[in-house]
Amino acid sequence: MAEKEINKYEAGFSSDAKKEPVRVVFITKKTSAKVIGDAGPRVMTYPHLLIREAIAFMALVIALVGVALFWDAPLEQLANPLLTPNPAKAPWYFLGLQELLHYFPPLVAGIIIPTLVVIALVIVPYFDVNIQGAPLWSGNPKRTLWIFLAVVITLTSLLGLFRAWTVLVPTEIIALLMLSSYRGSATQKGGAVAWWRRERTLSWWVMTWFISVAIVLTAVGTFFRGPGWSWVWPWSSHAG
Amino acid sequence: MANSFSMPPALEWLRATRVWKSIFRRGPALTNRSRSLAVFGNLFLHLLPVKVREKSLRVRVSYYLGSISFLLFVVLGVTGVLLMFYYHPAVPQAYRDMKDLRFVVSNGVFLRNLHRLAAQLMVLAVFWHMFHVFYRGGYRPPHEFNWVVGVVLLLVTLFLSYTGYLLPWDQLAFWAITVGTNILSAMPLIGRRIRFISLGGNLVGENALLRFYVLHCVVLPLIAILLVAVHFWRVQKDGGLTVPEEDGGKGN
Repeated sequence: MAEKEINKYEAGFSSDAKKEPVRVVFITKKTSAKVIGDAGPRVMTYPHLLIREAIAFMALVIALVGVALFWDAPLEQLANPLLTPNPAKAPWYFLGLQELLHYFPPLVAGIIIPTLVVIALVIVPYFDVNIQGAPLWSGNPKRTLWIFLAVVITLTSLLGLFRAWTVLVPTEIIALLMLSSYRGSATQKGGAVAWWRRERTLSWWVMTWFISVAIVLTAVGTFFRGPGWSWVWPWSSHAG
Repeated sequence: MANSFSMPPALEWLRATRVWKSIFRRGPALTNRSRSLAVFGNLFLHLLPVKVREKSLRVRVSYYLGSISFLLFVVLGVTGVLLMFYYHPAVPQAYRDMKDLRFVVSNGVFLRNLHRLAAQLMVLAVFWHMFHVFYRGGYRPPHEFNWVVGVVLLLVTLFLSYTGYLLPWDQLAFWAITVGTNILSAMPLIGRRIRFISLGGNLVGENALLRFYVLHCVVLPLIAILLVAVHFWRVQKDGGLTVPEEDGGKGN
Protein backbone atom coordinates (compact mmCIF):
# COMPACT_ATOMS: atom_id res chain seq x y z
CA MET A 1 0.00 0.00 0.00
CA ALA A 2 2.84 2.33 0.86
CA GLU A 3 4.46 1.64 -2.48
CA LYS A 4 1.27 2.52 -4.27
CA GLU A 5 1.15 5.84 -2.45
CA ILE A 6 4.70 6.64 -3.47
CA ASN A 7 3.99 5.83 -7.09
CA LYS A 8 0.96 8.06 -7.15
CA TYR A 9 2.79 11.29 -6.39
CA GLU A 10 6.38 12.23 -6.78
CA ALA A 11 7.65 14.97 -4.58
CA GLY A 12 10.78 16.96 -5.21
CA PHE A 13 12.34 19.44 -2.83
CA SER A 14 14.61 22.36 -3.47
CA SER A 15 18.14 20.98 -3.35
CA ASP A 16 19.69 24.20 -2.17
CA ALA A 17 20.35 23.40 1.45
CA LYS A 18 21.15 26.98 2.33
CA LYS A 19 17.69 28.16 1.36
CA GLU A 20 14.54 26.82 2.92
CA PRO A 21 12.60 24.66 0.48
CA VAL A 22 9.98 27.08 -0.73
CA ARG A 23 8.63 24.95 -3.58
CA VAL A 24 7.11 21.49 -3.41
CA VAL A 25 6.16 19.86 -6.68
CA PHE A 26 3.34 17.37 -7.03
CA ILE A 27 3.46 15.40 -10.26
CA THR A 28 0.53 13.08 -10.74
CA LYS A 29 0.06 10.62 -13.53
CA LYS A 30 -3.04 12.25 -14.97
CA THR A 31 -2.20 15.91 -14.85
CA SER A 32 0.68 18.14 -15.66
CA ALA A 33 3.01 19.38 -13.00
CA LYS A 34 1.28 21.55 -10.44
CA VAL A 35 3.38 23.87 -8.41
CA ILE A 36 2.21 24.79 -4.95
CA GLY A 37 3.36 28.32 -5.25
CA ASP A 38 4.92 30.76 -2.92
CA ALA A 39 2.28 32.15 -0.62
CA GLY A 40 3.97 35.52 -0.39
CA PRO A 41 6.22 37.36 2.04
CA ARG A 42 6.05 37.13 5.80
CA VAL A 43 5.84 39.96 8.30
CA MET A 44 6.52 40.13 12.02
CA THR A 45 3.61 39.05 14.26
CA TYR A 46 4.64 41.83 16.64
CA PRO A 47 3.34 44.37 15.71
CA HIS A 48 1.50 43.52 12.43
CA LEU A 49 -0.84 40.77 13.68
CA LEU A 50 -1.16 41.99 17.26
CA ILE A 51 -2.21 45.52 16.27
CA ARG A 52 -4.97 44.06 14.05
CA GLU A 53 -6.18 41.80 16.87
CA ALA A 54 -6.23 44.81 19.18
CA ILE A 55 -8.29 46.81 16.67
CA ALA A 56 -10.68 43.87 16.20
CA PHE A 57 -11.08 43.61 19.97
CA MET A 58 -11.82 47.31 20.37
CA ALA A 59 -14.32 47.35 17.50
CA LEU A 60 -16.02 44.26 18.94
CA VAL A 61 -16.30 45.68 22.45
CA ILE A 62 -17.67 48.99 21.13
CA ALA A 63 -20.29 47.13 19.08
CA LEU A 64 -21.22 44.87 22.02
CA VAL A 65 -21.60 47.82 24.40
CA GLY A 66 -23.66 49.68 21.81
CA VAL A 67 -26.14 46.84 21.42
CA ALA A 68 -26.18 45.87 25.13
CA LEU A 69 -27.24 49.40 26.06
CA PHE A 70 -30.45 49.19 24.04
CA TRP A 71 -31.32 45.48 23.83
CA ASP A 72 -32.39 43.59 26.95
CA ALA A 73 -31.67 39.92 27.63
CA PRO A 74 -34.98 38.07 27.96
CA LEU A 75 -36.28 37.11 31.39
CA GLU A 76 -39.64 35.39 31.83
CA GLN A 77 -41.58 34.31 34.92
CA LEU A 78 -40.04 32.09 37.61
CA ALA A 79 -39.63 28.50 36.41
CA ASN A 80 -42.80 26.51 37.04
CA PRO A 81 -42.74 22.76 36.32
CA LEU A 82 -46.57 22.69 36.43
CA LEU A 83 -47.06 25.30 33.71
CA THR A 84 -45.84 24.04 30.32
CA PRO A 85 -45.57 26.77 27.68
CA ASN A 86 -46.88 25.80 24.25
CA PRO A 87 -44.64 25.44 22.32
CA ALA A 88 -41.69 24.79 24.65
CA LYS A 89 -38.66 25.70 22.59
CA ALA A 90 -34.97 24.84 22.99
CA PRO A 91 -32.26 27.51 22.43
CA TRP A 92 -32.20 28.71 18.81
CA TYR A 93 -29.15 26.62 17.80
CA PHE A 94 -31.04 23.44 18.75
CA LEU A 95 -34.30 24.41 17.04
CA GLY A 96 -33.16 22.68 13.84
CA LEU A 97 -32.97 19.46 15.84
CA GLN A 98 -36.36 20.15 17.42
CA GLU A 99 -37.80 20.64 13.94
CA LEU A 100 -36.35 17.25 12.95
CA LEU A 101 -37.96 15.71 16.07
CA HIS A 102 -41.30 16.84 14.69
CA TYR A 103 -40.87 14.50 11.69
CA PHE A 104 -38.68 11.63 12.81
CA PRO A 105 -38.70 9.33 15.85
CA PRO A 106 -36.62 10.69 18.78
CA LEU A 107 -33.93 8.05 18.32
CA VAL A 108 -33.36 9.13 14.71
CA ALA A 109 -33.71 12.91 15.06
CA GLY A 110 -32.28 13.34 18.53
CA ILE A 111 -29.46 10.80 18.65
CA ILE A 112 -28.57 9.23 15.29
CA ILE A 113 -28.61 12.31 13.02
CA PRO A 114 -26.61 14.60 15.39
CA THR A 115 -24.09 11.79 16.02
CA LEU A 116 -23.70 11.21 12.28
CA VAL A 117 -23.23 14.95 11.66
CA VAL A 118 -20.48 15.18 14.29
CA ILE A 119 -18.77 12.04 12.95
CA ALA A 120 -19.00 13.40 9.40
CA LEU A 121 -17.43 16.71 10.47
CA VAL A 122 -14.60 14.95 12.31
CA ILE A 123 -13.67 12.67 9.41
CA VAL A 124 -13.90 15.42 6.75
CA PRO A 125 -10.12 16.01 6.49
CA TYR A 126 -9.30 12.29 6.49
CA PHE A 127 -11.53 11.42 3.54
CA ASP A 128 -10.61 14.32 1.30
CA VAL A 129 -8.61 12.38 -1.27
CA ASN A 130 -9.57 14.94 -3.91
CA ILE A 131 -6.28 16.86 -3.59
CA GLN A 132 -6.56 18.48 -7.02
CA GLY A 133 -10.08 19.70 -6.21
CA ALA A 134 -11.58 17.95 -9.25
CA PRO A 135 -15.10 19.22 -10.07
CA LEU A 136 -18.06 16.92 -9.40
CA TRP A 137 -18.78 16.17 -13.05
CA SER A 138 -15.19 15.58 -14.12
CA GLY A 139 -13.98 12.05 -14.73
CA ASN A 140 -16.95 9.86 -15.70
CA PRO A 141 -19.94 12.25 -15.68
CA LYS A 142 -22.50 9.63 -16.87
CA ARG A 143 -21.73 7.26 -14.02
CA THR A 144 -21.66 10.16 -11.53
CA LEU A 145 -25.10 11.21 -12.82
CA TRP A 146 -26.61 7.77 -12.20
CA ILE A 147 -25.20 7.61 -8.67
CA PHE A 148 -26.42 11.17 -8.07
CA LEU A 149 -29.95 10.36 -9.29
CA ALA A 150 -30.10 7.20 -7.17
CA VAL A 151 -29.07 9.14 -4.04
CA VAL A 152 -31.53 11.99 -4.71
CA ILE A 153 -34.47 9.66 -5.40
CA THR A 154 -33.73 7.64 -2.23
CA LEU A 155 -33.48 10.81 -0.15
CA THR A 156 -36.62 12.32 -1.70
CA SER A 157 -38.73 9.21 -1.10
CA LEU A 158 -37.43 8.83 2.46
CA LEU A 159 -38.15 12.48 3.31
CA GLY A 160 -41.51 12.26 1.51
CA LEU A 161 -42.42 9.14 3.49
CA PHE A 162 -41.90 11.05 6.76
CA ARG A 163 -43.52 14.18 5.23
CA ALA A 164 -40.43 16.16 6.26
CA TRP A 165 -41.21 19.10 3.99
CA THR A 166 -38.84 21.60 5.59
CA VAL A 167 -35.94 19.22 4.92
CA LEU A 168 -37.20 18.19 1.49
CA VAL A 169 -37.49 21.69 0.00
CA PRO A 170 -33.85 22.82 0.52
CA THR A 171 -32.65 19.33 -0.46
CA GLU A 172 -34.51 19.50 -3.79
CA ILE A 173 -33.28 23.03 -4.51
CA ILE A 174 -29.65 22.00 -3.99
CA ALA A 175 -30.24 18.83 -6.07
CA LEU A 176 -31.65 20.94 -8.92
CA LEU A 177 -28.69 23.30 -8.77
CA MET A 178 -26.32 20.33 -8.91
CA LEU A 179 -28.24 18.83 -11.82
CA SER A 180 -28.27 22.10 -13.75
CA SER A 181 -24.48 22.24 -13.48
CA TYR A 182 -24.27 18.83 -15.20
CA ARG A 183 -25.05 19.94 -18.76
CA GLY A 184 -22.12 22.30 -18.69
CA SER A 185 -19.59 19.52 -18.26
CA ALA A 186 -19.65 18.59 -21.95
CA THR A 187 -19.87 22.09 -23.39
CA GLN A 188 -17.89 25.11 -22.37
CA LYS A 189 -20.83 27.45 -22.91
CA GLY A 190 -22.33 29.70 -20.30
CA GLY A 191 -21.18 32.74 -18.43
CA ALA A 192 -19.09 33.13 -15.33
CA VAL A 193 -21.85 31.77 -13.06
CA ALA A 194 -22.21 28.55 -15.07
CA TRP A 195 -18.47 28.10 -15.12
CA TRP A 196 -18.25 28.71 -11.37
CA ARG A 197 -20.95 26.12 -10.69
CA ARG A 198 -19.26 23.56 -12.94
CA GLU A 199 -16.05 23.87 -10.99
CA ARG A 200 -17.62 22.94 -7.64
CA THR A 201 -16.44 19.73 -5.96
CA LEU A 202 -18.61 17.05 -4.37
CA SER A 203 -17.53 18.07 -0.85
CA TRP A 204 -18.53 21.67 -1.65
CA TRP A 205 -22.03 20.55 -2.67
CA VAL A 206 -22.48 18.30 0.38
CA MET A 207 -21.45 21.06 2.80
CA THR A 208 -23.67 23.61 1.03
CA TRP A 209 -26.60 21.18 1.24
CA PHE A 210 -25.95 20.63 4.95
CA ILE A 211 -25.75 24.37 5.69
CA SER A 212 -28.91 25.12 3.64
CA VAL A 213 -30.92 22.46 5.47
CA ALA A 214 -29.57 23.60 8.85
CA ILE A 215 -30.44 27.25 8.16
CA VAL A 216 -33.95 26.45 6.88
CA LEU A 217 -34.71 24.13 9.83
CA THR A 218 -33.40 26.64 12.40
CA ALA A 219 -35.31 29.53 10.80
CA VAL A 220 -38.54 27.51 10.61
CA GLY A 221 -38.15 26.29 14.20
CA THR A 222 -37.48 29.83 15.42
CA PHE A 223 -40.02 31.89 13.51
CA PHE A 224 -42.65 29.63 11.96
CA ARG A 225 -43.66 27.23 14.73
CA GLY A 226 -46.49 27.90 17.17
CA PRO A 227 -48.70 25.91 19.58
CA GLY A 228 -48.37 22.15 19.10
CA TRP A 229 -45.50 22.83 16.70
CA SER A 230 -48.06 23.91 14.10
CA TRP A 231 -47.12 26.23 11.26
CA VAL A 232 -47.64 29.93 12.05
CA TRP A 233 -46.62 33.07 10.19
CA PRO A 234 -44.31 35.25 12.26
CA TRP A 235 -46.37 38.35 11.49
CA SER A 236 -49.73 36.87 12.57
CA SER A 237 -50.23 37.11 16.32
CA HIS A 238 -51.68 34.10 18.07
CA ALA A 239 -52.93 33.46 21.57
CA GLY A 240 -50.37 31.22 23.17
CA MET B 1 14.67 48.76 9.38
CA ALA B 2 13.37 52.25 10.05
CA ASN B 3 10.67 52.76 12.58
CA SER B 4 7.58 54.14 10.89
CA PHE B 5 6.07 55.42 14.12
CA SER B 6 7.57 56.96 17.23
CA MET B 7 6.61 56.10 20.77
CA PRO B 8 5.60 58.73 23.29
CA PRO B 9 8.77 59.61 25.24
CA ALA B 10 7.31 58.43 28.55
CA LEU B 11 6.56 54.99 27.16
CA GLU B 12 9.96 54.83 25.53
CA TRP B 13 11.61 55.60 28.84
CA LEU B 14 9.45 53.06 30.63
CA ARG B 15 10.37 50.28 28.24
CA ALA B 16 14.07 50.92 28.79
CA THR B 17 13.82 50.66 32.59
CA ARG B 18 15.20 47.72 34.56
CA VAL B 19 11.77 46.78 35.90
CA TRP B 20 10.18 46.60 32.45
CA LYS B 21 13.05 44.49 31.15
CA SER B 22 12.80 42.16 34.15
CA ILE B 23 9.10 41.55 33.42
CA PHE B 24 9.22 41.20 29.65
CA ARG B 25 12.77 39.82 29.34
CA ARG B 26 13.67 42.39 26.68
CA GLY B 27 14.04 46.08 26.00
CA PRO B 28 12.01 48.14 23.52
CA ALA B 29 10.87 46.13 20.48
CA LEU B 30 12.70 48.19 17.91
CA THR B 31 14.57 45.44 16.08
CA ASN B 32 13.21 42.27 14.51
CA ARG B 33 15.20 40.31 17.05
CA SER B 34 13.48 41.94 20.01
CA ARG B 35 10.13 41.65 18.21
CA SER B 36 10.70 37.92 17.85
CA LEU B 37 11.59 37.76 21.54
CA ALA B 38 8.37 39.64 22.31
CA VAL B 39 6.42 36.72 20.84
CA PHE B 40 8.32 33.56 21.73
CA GLY B 41 9.62 34.90 25.02
CA ASN B 42 6.07 35.40 26.27
CA LEU B 43 4.06 32.52 27.71
CA PHE B 44 0.82 33.65 26.07
CA LEU B 45 2.10 35.02 22.78
CA HIS B 46 4.35 32.03 22.12
CA LEU B 47 1.22 30.19 20.94
CA LEU B 48 1.42 32.49 17.91
CA PRO B 49 4.05 32.29 15.19
CA VAL B 50 6.86 34.87 15.20
CA LYS B 51 6.13 35.70 11.57
CA VAL B 52 2.88 35.50 9.65
CA ARG B 53 2.21 35.62 5.94
CA GLU B 54 1.26 39.08 4.80
CA LYS B 55 -1.67 37.59 2.89
CA SER B 56 -3.11 35.81 5.92
CA LEU B 57 -3.66 39.23 7.51
CA ARG B 58 -6.10 40.22 4.77
CA VAL B 59 -9.65 40.52 6.03
CA ARG B 60 -11.09 38.34 3.27
CA VAL B 61 -8.82 35.41 4.14
CA SER B 62 -10.36 34.83 7.57
CA TYR B 63 -12.70 37.74 8.35
CA TYR B 64 -10.83 37.40 11.67
CA LEU B 65 -13.58 34.95 12.67
CA GLY B 66 -11.24 32.82 14.79
CA SER B 67 -9.93 35.91 16.55
CA ILE B 68 -13.46 37.22 17.06
CA SER B 69 -14.59 33.88 18.55
CA PHE B 70 -11.64 34.02 20.97
CA LEU B 71 -12.25 37.66 21.85
CA LEU B 72 -15.92 36.91 22.55
CA PHE B 73 -14.74 34.09 24.82
CA VAL B 74 -12.59 36.62 26.72
CA VAL B 75 -15.54 39.03 27.04
CA LEU B 76 -17.69 36.13 28.28
CA GLY B 77 -15.03 35.17 30.84
CA VAL B 78 -14.84 38.70 32.27
CA THR B 79 -18.60 39.39 32.33
CA GLY B 80 -19.21 35.83 33.57
CA VAL B 81 -16.94 36.26 36.60
CA LEU B 82 -18.65 39.57 37.42
CA LEU B 83 -22.06 37.88 37.14
CA MET B 84 -20.89 35.10 39.49
CA PHE B 85 -20.46 37.69 42.25
CA TYR B 86 -24.24 38.25 42.18
CA TYR B 87 -25.44 34.70 41.58
CA HIS B 88 -26.48 31.77 43.78
CA PRO B 89 -27.09 28.42 42.02
CA ALA B 90 -30.14 27.67 44.17
CA VAL B 91 -33.91 27.46 43.63
CA PRO B 92 -35.53 30.00 43.64
CA GLN B 93 -32.66 32.35 44.67
CA ALA B 94 -31.18 32.14 41.14
CA TYR B 95 -34.26 33.82 39.70
CA ARG B 96 -34.29 36.45 42.47
CA ASP B 97 -30.66 37.23 41.58
CA MET B 98 -31.82 37.95 38.01
CA LYS B 99 -34.39 40.38 39.43
CA ASP B 100 -31.69 41.94 41.62
CA LEU B 101 -29.48 42.38 38.58
CA ARG B 102 -32.32 44.24 36.96
CA PHE B 103 -33.53 46.41 39.83
CA VAL B 104 -30.82 46.54 42.52
CA VAL B 105 -27.30 46.06 41.12
CA SER B 106 -25.78 49.08 39.37
CA ASN B 107 -25.52 48.32 35.65
CA GLY B 108 -26.69 44.78 36.39
CA VAL B 109 -28.92 44.68 33.33
CA PHE B 110 -26.09 45.94 31.16
CA LEU B 111 -23.78 43.23 32.52
CA ARG B 112 -26.26 40.46 31.81
CA ASN B 113 -27.05 41.91 28.36
CA LEU B 114 -23.35 41.87 27.48
CA HIS B 115 -22.96 38.26 28.60
CA ARG B 116 -26.06 37.04 26.81
CA LEU B 117 -25.29 38.93 23.61
CA ALA B 118 -21.65 37.78 23.50
CA ALA B 119 -22.79 34.19 24.08
CA GLN B 120 -25.21 34.23 21.13
CA LEU B 121 -22.59 35.91 18.94
CA MET B 122 -19.94 33.37 19.94
CA VAL B 123 -22.14 30.47 18.82
CA LEU B 124 -22.68 32.27 15.49
CA ALA B 125 -19.00 33.22 15.12
CA VAL B 126 -17.77 29.67 15.82
CA PHE B 127 -20.22 28.15 13.30
CA TRP B 128 -19.29 30.76 10.68
CA HIS B 129 -15.59 30.23 11.40
CA MET B 130 -15.98 26.49 10.76
CA PHE B 131 -17.90 26.91 7.50
CA HIS B 132 -15.45 29.55 6.29
CA VAL B 133 -12.47 27.30 7.02
CA PHE B 134 -14.19 24.45 5.19
CA TYR B 135 -14.83 26.48 2.03
CA ARG B 136 -11.24 27.70 2.04
CA GLY B 137 -9.98 24.12 2.32
CA GLY B 138 -8.35 24.91 5.65
CA TYR B 139 -8.88 21.32 6.86
CA ARG B 140 -6.51 19.83 4.27
CA PRO B 141 -3.18 18.32 5.33
CA PRO B 142 -1.34 19.25 7.47
CA HIS B 143 -4.31 20.89 9.21
CA GLU B 144 -6.43 17.74 9.70
CA PHE B 145 -6.01 17.40 13.44
CA ASN B 146 -6.57 21.08 14.11
CA TRP B 147 -9.89 20.80 12.25
CA VAL B 148 -10.87 18.00 14.64
CA VAL B 149 -9.87 20.16 17.64
CA GLY B 150 -12.06 22.88 16.10
CA VAL B 151 -15.06 20.55 15.84
CA VAL B 152 -14.63 19.64 19.53
CA LEU B 153 -14.40 23.37 20.35
CA LEU B 154 -17.69 23.91 18.51
CA LEU B 155 -19.32 21.25 20.70
CA VAL B 156 -17.78 22.79 23.85
CA THR B 157 -19.16 26.19 22.75
CA LEU B 158 -22.64 24.72 22.30
CA PHE B 159 -22.47 22.99 25.71
CA LEU B 160 -21.25 26.21 27.33
CA SER B 161 -24.16 28.12 25.84
CA TYR B 162 -26.65 25.38 26.71
CA THR B 163 -25.56 25.01 30.36
CA GLY B 164 -25.70 28.79 30.75
CA TYR B 165 -29.24 28.80 29.39
CA LEU B 166 -30.60 27.13 32.57
CA LEU B 167 -28.97 29.48 35.08
CA PRO B 168 -31.57 32.35 35.10
CA TRP B 169 -34.13 29.74 36.27
CA ASP B 170 -37.06 31.34 34.45
CA GLN B 171 -39.71 29.60 32.34
CA LEU B 172 -37.58 29.98 29.18
CA ALA B 173 -34.59 28.31 30.85
CA PHE B 174 -36.50 25.53 32.58
CA TRP B 175 -38.46 24.34 29.56
CA ALA B 176 -35.58 24.67 27.09
CA ILE B 177 -33.48 22.36 29.27
CA THR B 178 -36.44 20.03 29.84
CA VAL B 179 -37.03 19.73 26.09
CA GLY B 180 -33.32 19.29 25.38
CA THR B 181 -32.58 16.67 28.00
CA ASN B 182 -35.72 14.70 27.12
CA ILE B 183 -34.00 13.93 23.81
CA LEU B 184 -31.27 12.15 25.78
CA SER B 185 -33.73 9.51 27.00
CA ALA B 186 -34.23 8.45 23.37
CA MET B 187 -30.74 6.96 23.45
CA PRO B 188 -31.11 3.17 23.54
CA LEU B 189 -30.30 1.32 26.79
CA ILE B 190 -28.35 4.10 28.55
CA GLY B 191 -30.51 7.12 27.62
CA ARG B 192 -32.44 7.42 30.89
CA ARG B 193 -29.31 6.80 32.92
CA ILE B 194 -27.39 9.54 31.07
CA ARG B 195 -30.28 11.95 31.57
CA PHE B 196 -30.33 11.09 35.29
CA ILE B 197 -26.59 11.73 35.56
CA SER B 198 -26.69 15.06 33.73
CA LEU B 199 -29.69 16.34 35.72
CA GLY B 200 -28.86 14.75 39.07
CA GLY B 201 -32.41 13.44 39.15
CA ASN B 202 -35.38 12.60 36.97
CA LEU B 203 -36.55 16.20 36.63
CA VAL B 204 -34.90 19.56 36.03
CA GLY B 205 -34.52 20.80 39.61
CA GLU B 206 -32.05 22.07 42.19
CA ASN B 207 -29.48 19.37 41.43
CA ALA B 208 -29.63 20.07 37.70
CA LEU B 209 -29.12 23.79 38.36
CA LEU B 210 -26.03 23.09 40.51
CA ARG B 211 -24.59 20.65 37.97
CA PHE B 212 -25.13 23.02 35.04
CA TYR B 213 -23.62 25.86 37.10
CA VAL B 214 -20.44 23.90 37.86
CA LEU B 215 -20.16 22.73 34.25
CA HIS B 216 -20.79 26.25 32.94
CA CYS B 217 -18.42 28.11 35.26
CA VAL B 218 -15.62 25.61 35.89
CA VAL B 219 -15.45 22.43 33.83
CA LEU B 220 -16.33 23.62 30.33
CA PRO B 221 -14.33 26.90 30.47
CA LEU B 222 -11.22 24.93 31.56
CA ILE B 223 -11.69 22.48 28.68
CA ALA B 224 -12.24 25.40 26.29
CA ILE B 225 -9.10 27.25 27.46
CA LEU B 226 -7.01 24.09 27.07
CA LEU B 227 -8.35 23.33 23.59
CA VAL B 228 -8.09 26.95 22.41
CA ALA B 229 -4.41 26.88 23.43
CA VAL B 230 -3.89 23.67 21.45
CA HIS B 231 -5.86 25.13 18.52
CA PHE B 232 -3.73 28.32 18.34
CA TRP B 233 -0.47 26.46 18.83
CA ARG B 234 -1.33 24.01 16.08
CA VAL B 235 -2.09 26.84 13.63
CA GLN B 236 1.50 27.96 14.17
CA LYS B 237 3.01 24.45 14.00
CA ASP B 238 1.02 23.53 10.88
CA GLY B 239 2.42 26.51 8.99
CA GLY B 240 -0.14 29.27 9.41
CA LEU B 241 -3.47 29.92 7.75
CA THR B 242 -4.30 28.48 4.34
CA VAL B 243 -3.73 31.40 1.99
CA PRO B 244 -4.37 31.51 -1.76
CA GLU B 245 -1.33 30.56 -3.76
CA GLU B 246 -0.11 32.70 -6.56
CA ASP B 247 1.86 30.22 -8.61
CA GLY B 248 3.47 30.41 -11.99
CA GLY B 249 0.47 28.82 -13.70
CA LYS B 250 -1.94 31.64 -13.08
CA GLY B 251 0.50 34.47 -13.35
CA ASN B 252 0.97 37.23 -10.83
